[in-house]
Amino acid sequence: MTQAEQERHFNDKIAREIKIEPNDWMPDEYRQTLVRQISQHAHSEIVGMLPEGNWITRAPNLRRKAVLLAKVQDEAGHGLYLYSAVETLGTDREQTIDDLHSGKAKYSSIFNYPALTWADIGAIGWLVDGAAIMNQVALCRTSYGPYARAMVKICKEESFHQRQGYESLIKLCNGTPQQKAMAQDAMNRFWWPALMMFGPSDADSTHSDQSIKWKIKRFTNDELRQSFVDATVPQAEILGLTIPDPNLKWNEERGHYDFSEINWDEFWQVVKGNGPCNKERLEARIKAKEDGLWVREAANAFAKKRALKKTA
Amino acid sequence: MSTSQWPLWEVFIRSKQGLNHKHVGSLRAPDATLALENARDVYTRRSEGISIWVVESAHIHATDIDEAASFFEPSDTKIYRHPTFYEVPDGVKHM
Amino acid sequence: MMQEAALFEYILRLSDDSLILGQRLGEWCGHGPILEEDIAITNIALDLIGQAISLYDFAATLEGQGRNHDQLAYLRYENEYKNALLVEQPNGDFAMTIVRQFFFDAFRLPLWEALMQSPIEQIAAIAAKSVKETRYHLKHSSEWVVRLGDGTEESHQRAQDAIDHLWRYTNELFYENAHDHSLHAAGLVPKLEIIQAKWNQTVKDILAEATLSVPAHNWKFEGGREGRHSEHMGYILSDLQYMQRAYPNMEW
Repeated sequence: MTQAEQERHFNDKIAREIKIEPNDWMPDEYRQTLVRQISQHAHSEIVGMLPEGNWITRAPNLRRKAVLLAKVQDEAGHGLYLYSAVETLGTDREQTIDDLHSGKAKYSSIFNYPALTWADIGAIGWLVDGAAIMNQVALCRTSYGPYARAMVKICKEESFHQRQGYESLIKLCNGTPQQKAMAQDAMNRFWWPALMMFGPSDADSTHSDQSIKWKIKRFTNDELRQSFVDATVPQAEILGLTIPDPNLKWNEERGHYDFSEINWDEFWQVVKGNGPCNKERLEARIKAKEDGLWVREAANAFAKKRALKKTA
Repeated sequence: MSTSQWPLWEVFIRSKQGLNHKHVGSLRAPDATLALENARDVYTRRSEGISIWVVESAHIHATDIDEAASFFEPSDTKIYRHPTFYEVPDGVKHM
Repeated sequence: MMQEAALFEYILRLSDDSLILGQRLGEWCGHGPILEEDIAITNIALDLIGQAISLYDFAATLEGQGRNHDQLAYLRYENEYKNALLVEQPNGDFAMTIVRQFFFDAFRLPLWEALMQSPIEQIAAIAAKSVKETRYHLKHSSEWVVRLGDGTEESHQRAQDAIDHLWRYTNELFYENAHDHSLHAAGLVPKLEIIQAKWNQTVKDILAEATLSVPAHNWKFEGGREGRHSEHMGYILSDLQYMQRAYPNMEW
């Protein structure tokens, strides 16, 4: 087949909702976009382990400790599924991770905010995972097969993540005034960063158009952000928490909530590496990789020795 | 840098007695023993399986995508291999 | 009555060992040498925390003072924790964590196996569940001891250093006092000398396979079982108890 025929064949599959699989012909740019998006997603899972992981040793009771361990562990698993999806595109995991460590690849800016109190763990589950799920549910129908399958698995597993966060906040909101204040403080700090998780507004999003055309993304950043606000406001009301936005208001005509403009300066600063914890997060990941080098080498050396013994 | 990377393995899990092992994903491991353990820890956290196979990805042979048409389309026309190809009078039972 | 106090102490040792080691392993989460192993360590931590919950529940029943598992886990003073010194030792490098885990698993597996025979129903039930978990932990930690020992020169040295360092804490796993003797006499729990013989064998076999040596020195530390801990314990508890101490009498 000529290049043009292959391209036509590819576009036809996209149009007919037929998944693209690893060995299928695909435009280079489609491949690059996928590698960029999936690896960014994988990095977010892995870096996302850090703020919550900080609280594992301090979880307030044994049930919460077990839940948090299981949740952070799931994130490691999800990162792994996603790195595997990237590997099907011909980029191996180590390369993908090195791109994160060199600063070439990005991850969700939300994880550059600190988790300061136990309520933050609840807020991360409720708001951050809630925002992530909005995105991920849409991605279960993404056009690239391995990515879609990873997302289906991840969505299934993540369904407890948001619930446990919300449940934990219910406890605080029904607890002492001190606990309630802790929950409100977490809300105040995480609300805007959570909205920023959907990325730049459609007008400023460089990759959005083509990604939608290729059905890598199924909804635009602003559409997903709006769905998230619409879903979350009633949940906040049940908790009795105030959303830190004086302009938040139901718009009967649009059938959606209106909300203030995001502070895009802050968004771009954090994306560029100037958030409160960017440096610490990357350092922790680089240290884990470097400290683990001799371990991985040892296992490789052992495997080689044993293989030799077998053939000898 | 690449010296420390472990080989890639494909993981197949039998979810319950009576079903085939099914491909569930991949992982990295230095050898088969740890590949099985890693597969257990990564892919059966929610009781997804009772048996695991792992195969080093490099050992899997796949059909060539460019040959898909010659491999698979010829069977599309052999409709007589399917029971619906045959007509049987209405009254006939157990067939 | 005497026997109940003895049993309470016995169960606390089991639960504190699980809790403190689970707490230590929890520190690895997000920092493992590779994702697969990060997940594996967390699975072990989760098993241990689960064991601790069941064991504290049973201890609380024995005590009969209306305390629950969280109060036992979170609201005791340092000298009331009965875990062995081994489990509170810092994670160190991956070799230190693996060797600590291996020494502990090699002790815990035969102990659970023996406790499955206990006439005390609750203990036998907890042991029956935990024995499966621990069998896997021992398999995993043994695999790694062998790989580190017989891997590269560096990993061999690190594993040997970890063994040499942690060796001093292993004898305490087999500590017994008058309480234990009363429990033996009643046939409720096994004598630890039987467990120790099995431990010695496992350690000897695995270290041999790993081309590592059993330390010659016999310098031994004790104290954890009597509530005298190492300097590390206070820091563990300040993390563990932080929320409960800073915000007393609240539910989470």
